[in-house]
Amino acid sequence: MADVAFRGATKRFEGRPAVDHLDLEVADGELLVLLGPSGCGKTTALRMVAGLEEPDEGEILIGGRVVNDVEPKDRDVAMVFQSYALYPHLNVERNIEFPLRRRGIDAQLRRQTVHEVAASLGLQELLARKPRELSGGQRQRVALARAIVRQPRAFLMDEPLSNLDAALRMQTRADIVALQARLGTTTLYVTHDQVEAMTMGHRIAVMDCGVLQQVGAPHVLYDRPANLFVARFLGNPGMNVLPATLDHPGAHFARVDGGHVPLGDDGAGATGQAASLVVGVRPEHLALSPSGSLEATVLLVELLGADVHVLCQLGGDTKLVVRQDASAPRPAIGDGVRIVAATGSVHVFTGESGARLGGPG
Amino acid sequence: MQPDSRNASGERRSRRGSRRRWRLTARYALLTIGAVVVLAPLYLTFVSSLLPPSALAERPPPFFPLDPQWHDYAVAWSQGDLGVYLRNSAIQTGIIVCGQLVTSVLAGYAFAFLRFPLRRALFVVFLATLMIPFEVTLVTNTQTISELGWYNTFAGLTVPFLATGVGTFLLRQAFLQIPRDLREAASLDGYGHLRFLLRIAVPLARPALAALGVFSFLAAWNQYLWPLVVTGSGNGVRTVQIGLKLLQGTEVSRTDVALAGTVIAVLPLLVLLVVCQKQLVRSLTAGAVK
Ligand SMILES: Nc1ncnc2c1ncn2[C@@H]1O[C@H](COP(=O)(O)OP(=O)(O)OP(=O)(O)O)[C@@H](O)[C@H]1O
Ligand SMILES: [Mg+2]
Repeated sequence: MADVAFRGATKRFEGRPAVDHLDLEVADGELLVLLGPSGCGKTTALRMVAGLEEPDEGEILIGGRVVNDVEPKDRDVAMVFQSYALYPHLNVERNIEFPLRRRGIDAQLRRQTVHEVAASLGLQELLARKPRELSGGQRQRVALARAIVRQPRAFLMDEPLSNLDAALRMQTRADIVALQARLGTTTLYVTHDQVEAMTMGHRIAVMDCGVLQQVGAPHVLYDRPANLFVARFLGNPGMNVLPATLDHPGAHFARVDGGHVPLGDDGAGATGQAASLVVGVRPEHLALSPSGSLEATVLLVELLGADVHVLCQLGGDTKLVVRQDASAPRPAIGDGVRIVAATGSVHVFTGESGARLGGPG
Repeated sequence: MQPDSRNASGERRSRRGSRRRWRLTARYALLTIGAVVVLAPLYLTFVSSLLPPSALAERPPPFFPLDPQWHDYAVAWSQGDLGVYLRNSAIQTGIIVCGQLVTSVLAGYAFAFLRFPLRRALFVVFLATLMIPFEVTLVTNTQTISELGWYNTFAGLTVPFLATGVGTFLLRQAFLQIPRDLREAASLDGYGHLRFLLRIAVPLARPALAALGVFSFLAAWNQYLWPLVVTGSGNGVRTVQIGLKLLQGTEVSRTDVALAGTVIAVLPLLVLLVVCQKQLVRSLTAGAVK
């Protein structure tokens, strides 16, 4: 086991950076989730740790040692591929055993280790099958087994759940978390699914266009997003974002389409001399109320079991989503409604860079 | 209404059934014609080898040997030294097949998985060798072999055929089918190129290997011109095809005996085809059915 670190790691493809001066440390035993939209460079970052891509600039460290010049086979990290990359001509037992055969372990011990790992993942019955005779979830577990069997210094997982159906994904998510906690192996987990990131990660690192946006515990990123990108990316639906203006610097209300929202002390103090502002409110901090300060028209009402998402149109083309309990009275499409934002729930960002100026937390 | 529609659908079904039967009949008819065309020469050779010399001249030749002359085979075998020739052919073919498999696997792997300067250019050169007929290089090759002192040796018989553009191309294509992920997973599992090649790439390319093996076996076994040029009498490395030619020239000089020898020389190929049939078909259709 070992910590993993990026020091200014940069990888360019055809001149364009896929990962841009990434500085990030994964502590020993930590499960860090690398989160970002498709094409933002998550896989590239992971592959640099594995040694499958060579950084153009910067360093990769494993266990405090720079490994830029170490071959993948000598890095002692295990990777779970999105495609699982099982060897199609070998049965499950041989697949799991494969990494052990290179380590001078005698056959007896190898067999025993393989059986233990297989049992811990519920694969005992499948040992004789070929990968093509397995379901997606079973293949996924074989890939996991192959990764953990040799007790590597770190796990690298590239969207290992993306080929599973929703129910199985939830189950496997929990399994991976439990497994990681049991083994205590440093894990770098890549996903574009913010729910996975929120539920699994000790910490989350959000990337966009190859650039690291924010690193922190899930609740920190959710409650205090460093910029608009993180604010919108986390949460489902993401944070409502409204262009805003102030009557005067330090005002306690920000004008937005359809009315105004309260900034609270933190927000108001942070606005300074900013020329253009954007405010953000999470759907759960909004409510329909006759005394609300925002005027809107209901566009869509979505019932999701316990929750209801009400999509509203403010003046102009600003839209926002209000989350309600399913028990609350539900508006009809086309209704005129008023919306209230809870005090101290409004985040303030600059209009130019989208960086956080202030807000709750 | 109900019975009507059932009738209609029943009729449709039977019409579809008869069309399918028709198509099947046509397909089998075509296959039968193909089989006859391919097998007739073989059959005629076999029958003729069993006919007495007098019957050979009959027109049309008999389609069935009423009085099979099995001793022709014994004559061919002993007078023609076919045992020695067959052994030589087996050695020559074995060396060529093994050589081609090894060099094609290594070169194909390099073109598929390694990155090196001039990779594309080199591959084009490899492909270009496919366009050069063997006859063009015959004279130079003969000269080279004799300068190396390899005239009348197995080295002379086989070395020029140890590497092939076709085989390299075939295996490169097979290796390219292997997902990159597998190579990367193996490299993280601690496997370098050679071990990955032996444990993963070669087993996965087995159909292509089998096809290459069979084709190179056929080509090597049936070689005539090259063995004729680089072998002479004495020392005995001549192959069975040359042996057959000589059989016609000896005092035996009987067509039926020569044909018996031909049948003996063809037997190994038939055995190979029967044994490897499944692999061959699979390799030939591998690209088509995915
Ligand atoms: N081998 C390559 N050659 C050229 N460009 C590449 C290569 N690999 C990645 N890229 C580019 O680098 C960028 C980052 O790719 P990467 O695969 O790291 O994204 P990702 O975050 O993993 O996306 P996804 O969620 O879709 O897997 C993309 O724009 C991609 O097109
Ligand atoms: Mg990816």
